[in-house]
Amino acid sequence: MASAEAAGRSALNPIRALGRSTLAAVRMVGGVGVFAVRGTVAALTPPWFLGQLWRQFVAIGFFSLPVVGLTAVFTGAALALNIFTGGGRFNAEQVMPQIVALGITRELGPVLAALMLAGRVSAAIAAEIGAMRATEQIDAMRTLSTDPFRYLVGPRLLAGVLMLPILTAVADTIGVAGGWLVATRVLDFSSAVYIRNTLDFLQGWDVISGLIKAAVFGFIVALMGCYHGYNAKGGARGVGRATTHAVVSSAILIFASDYLLTTFFTHAAR
Amino acid sequence: MIEATPKLAWKGVTKRFGDRAVLDGLDLSVAPGKSLVIIGGSGQGKSVTIKTALGLLRPEAGQIELDGQNIVGLSEGQRRKLFSRIGVLFQGAALFDSLTIWENVAFRLINADGVPRKEARDRAIEALEQVRLAPAVADRFPSELSGGMQKRAGLARAVVARPEILFFDEPTTGLDPITAAAINQLISDQVRRLGSTAVSITHDLASAQTIGDEIAMLHDGKIIWRGPAAELRTTDNPYVCQFVEGRAEGPISQAV
Repeated sequence: MASAEAAGRSALNPIRALGRSTLAAVRMVGGVGVFAVRGTVAALTPPWFLGQLWRQFVAIGFFSLPVVGLTAVFTGAALALNIFTGGGRFNAEQVMPQIVALGITRELGPVLAALMLAGRVSAAIAAEIGAMRATEQIDAMRTLSTDPFRYLVGPRLLAGVLMLPILTAVADTIGVAGGWLVATRVLDFSSAVYIRNTLDFLQGWDVISGLIKAAVFGFIVALMGCYHGYNAKGGARGVGRATTHAVVSSAILIFASDYLLTTFFTHAAR
Repeated sequence: MIEATPKLAWKGVTKRFGDRAVLDGLDLSVAPGKSLVIIGGSGQGKSVTIKTALGLLRPEAGQIELDGQNIVGLSEGQRRKLFSRIGVLFQGAALFDSLTIWENVAFRLINADGVPRKEARDRAIEALEQVRLAPAVADRFPSELSGGMQKRAGLARAVVARPEILFFDEPTTGLDPITAAAINQLISDQVRRLGSTAVSITHDLASAQTIGDEIAMLHDGKIIWRGPAAELRTTDNPYVCQFVEGRAEGPISQAV
């Protein structure tokens, strides 16, 4: 009854509705910030739950390899074809290997690996922690003198930050290999020339800046999964909502931070 | 009247959700070694009462005292230390479904007390035997157990570190009458064996009378009746009578 009345009032009063949603947004940003700090402190200070950390390394890192690898090989192959066609318009087909390598290491490797992780891992984390919240397992953990931030959140954040750069390195390699495959099998590039062009052209910073991005994206993916799962309310529906929010917010934050980081790197390189 | 310091006491505790005061100046206490059962209808604040004592919810007003010390607003670290003296059996047992039964029972020992796994496992199996679960159950996962067995495992987890205070949140909800009776018996055996103070909430009167020395009835965020378990069915308090007899009409008007 009361909530129906409240909804009615807010429908009649757009200013109040605006104020309420602004407050909710501020509260949400504050909540995520506090959560991130608590999670980071838990991840970086003892006691550590090494068994949990190992479990998350395997769940987040190892089991994401197939999906990240497949994404990378197809993207690399398609990118090679597109750049070959585009480059042909001004007789620059021969720089295709360099452009593919640059595109993969600086941008597509980290972003695609992160997006796959957002779909796979962020959702799984939100669903697992959300279900634990709904069935009082998180309350139970606290009554067993164990801090859920140390046991659940910390290991996932660490695993996200450490595993996504490794996955990205794998994606970079497989992505370039996808380009090479198309170039040598479909487009009559010489294998040796392709590889030499790629290696001679690429600079360490191209790869490293991508890996730094990946570490940030890994933190975002794990954080969004944990935050939305931890704050899930209202049973099965709440868990479903938490999963959706985790994936959507991860994806948006990945793109936004990708732009900010790229801007920062571009200025720093000058 | 001279009384010993109660083990646990709520003093003028108020907890609001939005405009609604779920607990409205709650005063309640339980003496050391006694078992108190709080009864009352759904939504009358029974769960909230326990959650404020556990620090899972923070009251807006009032104090909660453990051995005479206020425990509202403790830091995380102090709270963690306090929890080593407390055992809780949650309504749905709240077993960790990614861990085996023995790892669940030994969770506190392994993760908070630093007991080696081998020894923790032995103690977990011992606790499982106390609640009449066979050692073979130890390596199964919670989802492979019936509701009654999950409750037993939850009870084993609550008592494994020999807590001073035990909380039971609706221990028999969702169980058939025979399993419920067995759980009630186990609870009262364990409380007696450990000499712990116990606080339970339930709307199951048979359960209340088996596990409680004293019963308190919560209505509209206040205690409206309290007495020895035996007096539950003889009191002439109109609220208690209506609840015990299960009538729809009376002083308690439910917004169904």
